Amino acid sequence: MQAITLPNPVRPNFRADTGGDVIVNIGPSHPATHGTIQVIAALDGEKVRRVDVHCGYLHRGFEKECESHTWTNLIPYVDRLNYCSGLINDFAYCEAVEALMEIEITPRCRYLRTLLSEYSRIADHLTCIAASLMELGAMTAFLYLVMIRDYIYEHLAALTGARVTYTYGRVGGLAQDVPDGWLLRLDEILDQYEDFTGRIHGLMDRNRIFIDRTRNVGVISPEDAVSWGFTGPILRSTGVPRDLRKDTPYLAYAELEFEVPVGINGDNYDRYYVRMREMDESVHMIRQLMDMLPDGPISVDDRRCVLPPKHLVYSEIESLINHFKLIMEGPQVPAGEVYTAHEAPNGELGFYLVSTGGGMPYRMHVRSPSFVHMGGLHRLLEGYQLADIIPTFGSVNMIGGECDR
Amino acid sequence: MMAAPSLDQVRRLLDVAPDAITVSRGMFVLMLEPVDLLDAVRLLKSELQFDLFLDVTAVDWLERSPRFDVVYHFYSTAHFARARLKVLVPAPDPVVDSLTTLYGSAHFMERECHEMHGIGFRGNDDLRPLLLYEGFKGHPLRKDYPKQYEQPLVPYRER
Repeated sequence: MQAITLPNPVRPNFRADTGGDVIVNIGPSHPATHGTIQVIAALDGEKVRRVDVHCGYLHRGFEKECESHTWTNLIPYVDRLNYCSGLINDFAYCEAVEALMEIEITPRCRYLRTLLSEYSRIADHLTCIAASLMELGAMTAFLYLVMIRDYIYEHLAALTGARVTYTYGRVGGLAQDVPDGWLLRLDEILDQYEDFTGRIHGLMDRNRIFIDRTRNVGVISPEDAVSWGFTGPILRSTGVPRDLRKDTPYLAYAELEFEVPVGINGDNYDRYYVRMREMDESVHMIRQLMDMLPDGPISVDDRRCVLPPKHLVYSEIESLINHFKLIMEGPQVPAGEVYTAHEAPNGELGFYLVSTGGGMPYRMHVRSPSFVHMGGLHRLLEGYQLADIIPTFGSVNMIGGECDR
Repeated sequence: MMAAPSLDQVRRLLDVAPDAITVSRGMFVLMLEPVDLLDAVRLLKSELQFDLFLDVTAVDWLERSPRFDVVYHFYSTAHFARARLKVLVPAPDPVVDSLTTLYGSAHFMERECHEMHGIGFRGNDDLRPLLLYEGFKGHPLRKDYPKQYEQPLVPYRER
């Protein structure tokens, strides 16, 4: 048996022998960081002087893989970017392809996508808050939040057939309509959500331990946040009310009434509170959407991208060929390029697609919020204590799937 | 919210050929020469408030000369307009100026673009591999990098 010598794959961007600092590796596989990421910290006592954040442990060649699959075959891959809110990824991607094909989705699809986006946002924020509270020792809060999240996952499984990776969006519509009674159960879950987040507010908001660990920790200024590309709840926690749903409304957001919650200080506590308030706004939006949801088809009647009805595939040759071509060659997307951005739970999720005409993308690039946030994470960590890395990292909600692609 | 700049405003500010600036799907699209990039971005940031640097990536047109498009996306948190900048760079030594002096977020994104496409960023002194590992050969998002090509760090066990 020959011994294998591996090079140390990570070279930090600072030297260990300057100033007597101690270099500590946190991760890539550490019980208190959710997500495989390596934080190399230069410590002076307990104080973090410099930080080098290294990601890429979950890199799986997503963008390369996309170049050899049809536009519809990509939808399951896209799900796996942010696996806490796969539906938002689906819808953002489908909207980008629809923009290239110049398709306008049906009203029912538009409202349903909006509703499900907000529902996913709740699930994502619940995951983030639950995990970051648990890391501070709040086991009860974790169980309350994850219980609600699990209700949502089970409920989405009743709609899409999967708990996490839904593959529910389609170019030109959705996979299927909502089943009977689904909206009734949605109402029940929203009531339970309100009950349990009320308890979380009671447990956490004025909790001395929680405030000591999060107030004035991981502070970032609005100017720095914009310069380092922070978007979403992190940018809003600094007091900048920027939200794509409000600023450049897409889907049905222009017709909804909602507020954009902002923080004051840009610290961990503000990020926790902004996420809590955003979930309340999402519930408010879902209730409006349940009343607005129109009847009608969920997919456009466009044979360039939507599969023909099954009974026609089995009974006439044109539909059979249509079905075959769509599956084997993919929808024929006209040449062009497009960038569409949706407000994902973590910030701006953008898809940049280049088509040369045909069934597969020529180039597909994802502007994922987590990746950009990891580029600025050292601004949140430097100058605080070693133990503060955990709550700060939790409040950023890094998702390995979309960060490393 | 301030008013978004008009197409004429952008054209007047940047002083390039009129057909180099167009609007596509509500987004300004600017075709720039590599030498003009840094000055143009500086003007866009200071005069037209494109303060959020969203993204940089490249598109490899293997048959074309110059071979690469380097594509930048910007957003303005003041007037919510978007801009896409495209710079065409030739193959043997594709280099553009780094935007790290203007935007902090450029550090990470240029590192990714460098390792994936082999685009050099003049002025960015930290272009270590980010998603890939030290010693990885080639640039996987170039079109001439085979998709199935493997570079295992640990040799495969013999069967």
